[in-house]
Amino acid sequence: MLPREEAIAKIKDAIEKTYGKRGKMVIEQNFAAVDAALAHLHEVAVPAAATSTRHRPPIVSEDAPEFVKRVSAVMLANKGDLLPVSAFPVDGTWPTATTQWEKRNIALEIPLWDPKVCIQCNQCAFVCPHAAIRAKVYDAGQLEAAPEGFLATDYKAGEFKGMKYTLQVAPEDCTGCNLCVTICPAKDRTNPRRKAINMAPQHEHRERERQNYAFFLDLPEIDRTLVTRLDTKGSQFLQPLFEYSGACAGCGETPYIKLLTQLFGDRLLVSNATGCSSIYGGNLPTTPYARNRDGRGPAWSNSLFEDNAEFGFGFRLAVDAHARLAGELLGRLGGRIGDDLVTALLHADQGDEAGLAAQRERVAALKARLAGIDDADARRLELVADYLVKKSVWLVGGDGWAYDIGFGGLDHVLAQHRDVNILVLDTEVYSNTGGQASKATPLGAAAKFAMAGKEVGKKDLGLLAMSYGHVYVARVAFGSKYNQTVEAIREAESYHGPSLVIAYSHCIAHGYDLQFGVDQQKLAVDSGIWPLYRFDPRRVAAGEPPLKLDAGPAKVPVIDYMKNEARFRMVEKQNPQRFRHLMAEAQRDVTRRVAIYEQLSHLTVPTTAPEAGAAAGEKPAEK
Amino acid sequence: MDLRTTYLGLELAHPLMPGASPMADDLDTVRRLEDAGASAIVLHSLFEEQLAGEQLATHAALEASTESYAESLSFLPSPSDFRLGPEEYLEQIRKIKQAVKVPVIASLNGTSLGGWLAYARMMEEAGADALELNIYQLATDPEESGQMIERRTVSMVRAVTSAVMIPVAVKLSPYYTSVSSLATQLDDAGVDGLVLFNRFYQPDIDVEELEVKTHLRLSDSSELLLRLRWLAILAGRVKASLAVTGGVHSAIDVVKSVMSGAHAVQLVSALLRHGPYYLKFILDDLVRWLEEHEVDSLDEIRGNMSLERCPDPRQLERTNYMRVLGSWRPAW
Repeated sequence: MLPREEAIAKIKDAIEKTYGKRGKMVIEQNFAAVDAALAHLHEVAVPAAATSTRHRPPIVSEDAPEFVKRVSAVMLANKGDLLPVSAFPVDGTWPTATTQWEKRNIALEIPLWDPKVCIQCNQCAFVCPHAAIRAKVYDAGQLEAAPEGFLATDYKAGEFKGMKYTLQVAPEDCTGCNLCVTICPAKDRTNPRRKAINMAPQHEHRERERQNYAFFLDLPEIDRTLVTRLDTKGSQFLQPLFEYSGACAGCGETPYIKLLTQLFGDRLLVSNATGCSSIYGGNLPTTPYARNRDGRGPAWSNSLFEDNAEFGFGFRLAVDAHARLAGELLGRLGGRIGDDLVTALLHADQGDEAGLAAQRERVAALKARLAGIDDADARRLELVADYLVKKSVWLVGGDGWAYDIGFGGLDHVLAQHRDVNILVLDTEVYSNTGGQASKATPLGAAAKFAMAGKEVGKKDLGLLAMSYGHVYVARVAFGSKYNQTVEAIREAESYHGPSLVIAYSHCIAHGYDLQFGVDQQKLAVDSGIWPLYRFDPRRVAAGEPPLKLDAGPAKVPVIDYMKNEARFRMVEKQNPQRFRHLMAEAQRDVTRRVAIYEQLSHLTVPTTAPEAGAAAGEKPAEK
Repeated sequence: MDLRTTYLGLELAHPLMPGASPMADDLDTVRRLEDAGASAIVLHSLFEEQLAGEQLATHAALEASTESYAESLSFLPSPSDFRLGPEEYLEQIRKIKQAVKVPVIASLNGTSLGGWLAYARMMEEAGADALELNIYQLATDPEESGQMIERRTVSMVRAVTSAVMIPVAVKLSPYYTSVSSLATQLDDAGVDGLVLFNRFYQPDIDVEELEVKTHLRLSDSSELLLRLRWLAILAGRVKASLAVTGGVHSAIDVVKSVMSGAHAVQLVSALLRHGPYYLKFILDDLVRWLEEHEVDSLDEIRGNMSLERCPDPRQLERTNYMRVLGSWRPAW
């Protein structure tokens, strides 16, 4: 044992050594922490035998499924090495919807709802990276069984008049990132520091909120066919099928994935490039992709950085092949199934939720009839009948995948005219491997391989994709315009061809408190550094310009955006002159790009060929 | 025409100079100010609070999320690659000194005695010809009396004046119960100049968003009046030279300031609005006015409208308030 004075001196030496370069204030605060600790030391008497009556909770609840108790729980207890190989699924697939059994309780504070202040905009539910705050509308009668202290209020808008509304936090799954409270637009008029949701200590409210959340989850989900306005608010009444992932607190990627599962989750296939989204997407032993009450949910698989686009393209080919086979078998069995049903199955309009629901009913009816048909084709059709319901294939990954290492494959997939959707979660840096610069890194940002600030502008993946003409392209940032994000993702999905959605994702690698992620998204758009647009080839037929800009002209200089993030400020700290130079370059680059988009947004494309005999070199007439 | 003046012991060609503002951040602007005839260059204030805040913010940004996973430890450059202290400010002093021939006045706002002293010495070493101590405190703490605040201010100023060899000016706000008393105490503490007055951003309220908002609002000539009165009251009563800042927009404003006793006249809003060359415009106008009025040197008129020498000192004192009120008639 070192003498106390010597030990403390050594501790302070170590502080100086570790933080010396970070300035006087940092050192003083560290010293103060050491001194305060010394001033508050007190002796704890250790009894001969344990006297506590508190017990550790079980690793997973008794209500968990068999597999979770037998396999996942053992791994969660850090005893996975004890599991025999035979404990694992033989084909390597893992059950989904298991993060719900891993109650991490990591938040010190959780948001609590004040129904009187709330304007029911659902933005908090939208931004929550972990699906840990949710909204529901339901019949008032449901409240009869509500636990004491469960909050509800009348639903305010017209579409569900007479119903009740509840906003509920998942107290044990919330990470305490504060994003929801920061963006909450509703303030208490008598005390504007209070909003419709306010952070409160988790341990004080955990028990009650746990019961409330359990009751909330048991409330019936809304009938999807009734949510006709699929905007920010409407989308958040749909059950998220991506929940409680291991993503960072305040993650800017996961809200997009969650939205995908809300809009298409019960028929969604995701092929996920390696990166953050593959880690939190399938961070065994638990899986955040979940299932609805009918047992339907996303199917998900991860592939390599360099071939995810091709991998996902394979999903499309497989789905199409199965659907084609189902169609052929329907034709062969036609009369025995009933011509009306076969015709309806083959020509179903599955453009909206009602159409999808009707097709699911037809598939159920088909399966019932097949059960009574003794034929090998009937058995084969049973296996592929579900492919008669339209599937939604999404290729998901980060900028390291889409802009860099997987770009060749991505480009190849874009060049095929098949119905795949691509979601690029653009953090502008290799987040998962430690912050290396990618071709998505913006001019002026410090990242590994560009520590002094990147000198070359961000690659314009969207513009490259637009150059094909047949690709749907959108650039979104939910924090700037929630509705544009929902709109773009829905349009991308509905487009029968390749679609590319590039999504601004704030990230811990940017160097600021992520509770302000939404503010930064707004500044990114307002400064023109992240233009919002949708390029829809379908508009060409209508004689309209395919490119539609969704944000007005730049309102603030790029430096207003950049100065808030350490990735840019670090350049200033290293070399102020270079910083000023890069800022000027960044502004020029943004001005140039905005001008290009502005001009492209007026460009119409002729739909007919020039008349035969038109003079050589003459331009085709513009519409 | 003799426009010469002595401010902080510095012999200057004339009283006009840019006041503390971001204008001096850009070397090109500094050169243009000199070309426009500025008699000295005043840098923006180095804020100790801001330096400390930036250190903590950078530390927080570097440490944030490092508990997430190992790769996040090194997202951003390590501190050995960059500087978090006053280096950039000191470097700017050196560069301006090299770029211009006129005196360079550095400006400092400290939060701790140690900070005031350390940064003042560093600025002197970096080559500043004089220091402007930018003192302000919004006294929101009901436990702290005006006397306590003044005592702390005076002892800090005394410490700085004895720590550096270069002249020291103190920039005051008008919100003291007795500006005259504080000015005298500072005079006794050895300051070489007093700058009247600091302008503060006044927060406004956004009634829709329920937010307090601060906007940069440039001054106009009406703000000069408060300064003229206090210049006039202090002129001749303190050994320290006097500078005016806040509300000077024309040659007439300069004349009024000098007549009230100013040795130096600082311009900020006028130059921000019209550009560095506006200084030359005001200077030429000033010469024209003086010639028209057959004034040979500024010393001739300096302080002629001060409390000591103006024909009717009561106009400068409190009673005039009542008279102005008494002369008011409703306009409707």
